[in-house]
Amino acid sequence: MLSRAANSIYWMSRYIERADNVARFITVNIHLMLDLSVETASQWMPLIVTTGSGKLFQKHYGENAGTQENVLRFLIFDEQNPNSIASCVRAARENARSVRQSISSEMWETINRLHLSARRASTDDAIHEAPYDFLEEFKNANHLFIGLTENTLTNNEAWHWIRLGRLLERADQTSRIVDVKYYFVLPTIEYVGMPYDNLHWAALLKSATAFEMYRKRYQRIAPKWVTEFLLLDREFPRSIRSCLIKSEKSLHAITGSPIGTFQNPAEQQLGRLRSDFDFVRIDEIIDFGLHEYLDTFQSRLIGIGSTIFDEFFAVKMPGQQQNQSQSSGAAAAATTEAATA
Amino acid sequence: MKCSSYDNEGFYDEVFCPGDPANPTPRPGARMLVERIESLMSGDLARRQQAAEMALYNLGITFNVYGSEEAEEKIFPFDIIPRIIEVKEWLPIEKGLGQRIKALNLFLDDIYHDQKIIRDGIVPEDIISGCPAFRPECVGIDPPLGIWCHITGTDLVRDGDGEFYVLEDNLRCPSGVSYVIENRHILKRTFPNVFRASNVRPVDDYCIHLLDSLQQLAPLIGFPNVVVLTPGPFNSAYYEHAFLAQQMGVELVEGKDLFTQDGSVYMRTTRGPKRVDVIYRRIDDDFIDPLVFRPDSALGVPGLMESFRAGRVALANAPGTGVADDKAVYAYVPDIIRYYLDEDPILPNVPTYLCRRETELDHVLKNLHELVVKPVSESGGYGILVGPHSTKQQREEYAAKIRANPKNYIAQPTLSLSRAPIIVDDHFEGRHVDLRPFILHGPDPYILPGGLTRVALKKGSLVVNSSQGGGSKDTWVLETEPDRAVTFTDEAVLPPVEHE
Repeated sequence: MLSRAANSIYWMSRYIERADNVARFITVNIHLMLDLSVETASQWMPLIVTTGSGKLFQKHYGENAGTQENVLRFLIFDEQNPNSIASCVRAARENARSVRQSISSEMWETINRLHLSARRASTDDAIHEAPYDFLEEFKNANHLFIGLTENTLTNNEAWHWIRLGRLLERADQTSRIVDVKYYFVLPTIEYVGMPYDNLHWAALLKSATAFEMYRKRYQRIAPKWVTEFLLLDREFPRSIRSCLIKSEKSLHAITGSPIGTFQNPAEQQLGRLRSDFDFVRIDEIIDFGLHEYLDTFQSRLIGIGSTIFDEFFAVKMPGQQQNQSQSSGAAAAATTEAATA
Repeated sequence: MKCSSYDNEGFYDEVFCPGDPANPTPRPGARMLVERIESLMSGDLARRQQAAEMALYNLGITFNVYGSEEAEEKIFPFDIIPRIIEVKEWLPIEKGLGQRIKALNLFLDDIYHDQKIIRDGIVPEDIISGCPAFRPECVGIDPPLGIWCHITGTDLVRDGDGEFYVLEDNLRCPSGVSYVIENRHILKRTFPNVFRASNVRPVDDYCIHLLDSLQQLAPLIGFPNVVVLTPGPFNSAYYEHAFLAQQMGVELVEGKDLFTQDGSVYMRTTRGPKRVDVIYRRIDDDFIDPLVFRPDSALGVPGLMESFRAGRVALANAPGTGVADDKAVYAYVPDIIRYYLDEDPILPNVPTYLCRRETELDHVLKNLHELVVKPVSESGGYGILVGPHSTKQQREEYAAKIRANPKNYIAQPTLSLSRAPIIVDDHFEGRHVDLRPFILHGPDPYILPGGLTRVALKKGSLVVNSSQGGGSKDTWVLETEPDRAVTFTDEAVLPPVEHE
């Protein structure tokens, strides 16, 4: 497969997945805030901090501007935010447009429709006020896209790049969903372990559409178990470990080398990260510090992303660097521009 | 909806016979279509038009307009009323196009070799040497199968007398064929039964023929690697480049995806370099190889021309074909056909005055108000003076430009371009149209039945180019006389229509 096309198709998939996760984040927080409105002031800033866009938000909206309205605008429609839904969809479409010949017409049409509906929504006041239906529709369109990928594409190299992009992005997003708890301020220390806290842990599960599956496995809500489920479950499709296992399979399908061996640094780094998640215990993670553990994980994932770029996509193609990291908002915006200019 | 008042206003109309505007009579081939339209509920036609536009929008069938600051992508406007060509009209066009392309290919091969046609005094030497599209770098090259121009899109127009004329030969990178195929898909959904009963020649197999003719150029036997070379997503015809690559199942590459090594061309893949055998290039000559042509081009591939010269890679179309669609050379095409084929041209040229000839320059300057004047070096409808639609001041300014550089201008009488009805709100209005058939030249030549009908959407306008407010229509070449026995009771493809 053309290196440039592989790069674009991988990023197309990452951006779609990223937009999808932003939509999940928001829906769950809307619910949570409705439940908690009596007990605490509405908390929207954690959503921004956890996506690494705190500084960018402050720059455009000012200090203490974290109202629901501002945060929703920033996360859904703001084209100055490279990780807003609108920006992600635009970037996904730009990438899809440059690999039209590698994806099916149905996939292209779905991405194009997503982009058009995001553009229409951005000027619709009713949607700004109550974005719930829009976000639901949006999530369904993403499911449609993934379904079309499964049903209309040969399981060839392009398909594996799409899957690899989706799963690496999803692993990253799940880590951010769990990490949001770190930024969420409880009114007082007594609230820890109280119904309020449980509600919040349940909300995290819902962000990852993991609530029902979690219930089947553990039944009671307990922070340690929730964390274990979202990080280390082997089968749940949004847990970090499951994403790593499957992304490793796709990477090896692309190179042809057997799992458990490596021929290039990307395989080596991803294999090591995956085996860490295979063998780590949840108590060790908590002793290490959940936030710190996730932070390290995110850096390692970003490292794997750049190694993949160097190994497969790069070589003398300036201007192709995409928005690798979510934590460097402004710089990332600049590179996205370069990639699409 | 009733077509109860449709005025041809003295123009040749593609759908309606000349006659009483209060009671328009469709041409035989269009009768069934017009009956069908008349049987539709009021508002239904507009709904079908909207559904068609929505489909184009969702498919992202767009083009980019240079120099337009707002939305970089626009939908190519599309009118759902097809233009219908009966088979007896089509056959001579098909024959004429085949003849013309054959002769132009012989001309190109001659121009880049012995130049017999110049030595025999048929075409003046300075027209060729002074033509910016003539590439001295191509002299002596023997392209695969001796073919220079594989893909052509010839612009035809129909005059008031109903006769077709060749307006322009496009032998470089003609675009528009993807719209023909997509328009057809949409019209099949819009008028399924009329379509079925009309026995329309298919256009869907264009990409099969295209891939066949490209594969035939491969220098090696085996499974040749064909690619489409595009300037990138910001080119005005990018949609088409991607479409053709996808339909042929080949890679769409940009210049930076390719490199040359030891005389061969390779593409960069995730598994290392892969040899490229045939390039359908949609980049102009100027940009394909910075070592040979424009050194500042970032779109091309350094060393490509050397590989081409050495026969290591085939290029379609070959570089240098532009010399044969030069607007000054155009005037000589009838002589070119006679010279190489010893046949009379089947499709006539539009009479053309070359300002380089003093007597003709004189005539042009005196009659600017009734002529169309074109700069030889421009395409896409840019820089044209349409005499009858110009002001005195515009004509004076233009005359000064002609006098300063007469060789750069040709003039043609203002044709009374034929018209076809388009939907305007709740009724039909006539608009001027042209026709761009696509021709694949090779061992098995193929001519796409019909082609792209471009329509000047602005009332009275003669400029059909998409960059200047043109739209398109589907073009139906009927195989036989329409079958009139069909009824239209089961046409329920679009959402049900409320009765009003």
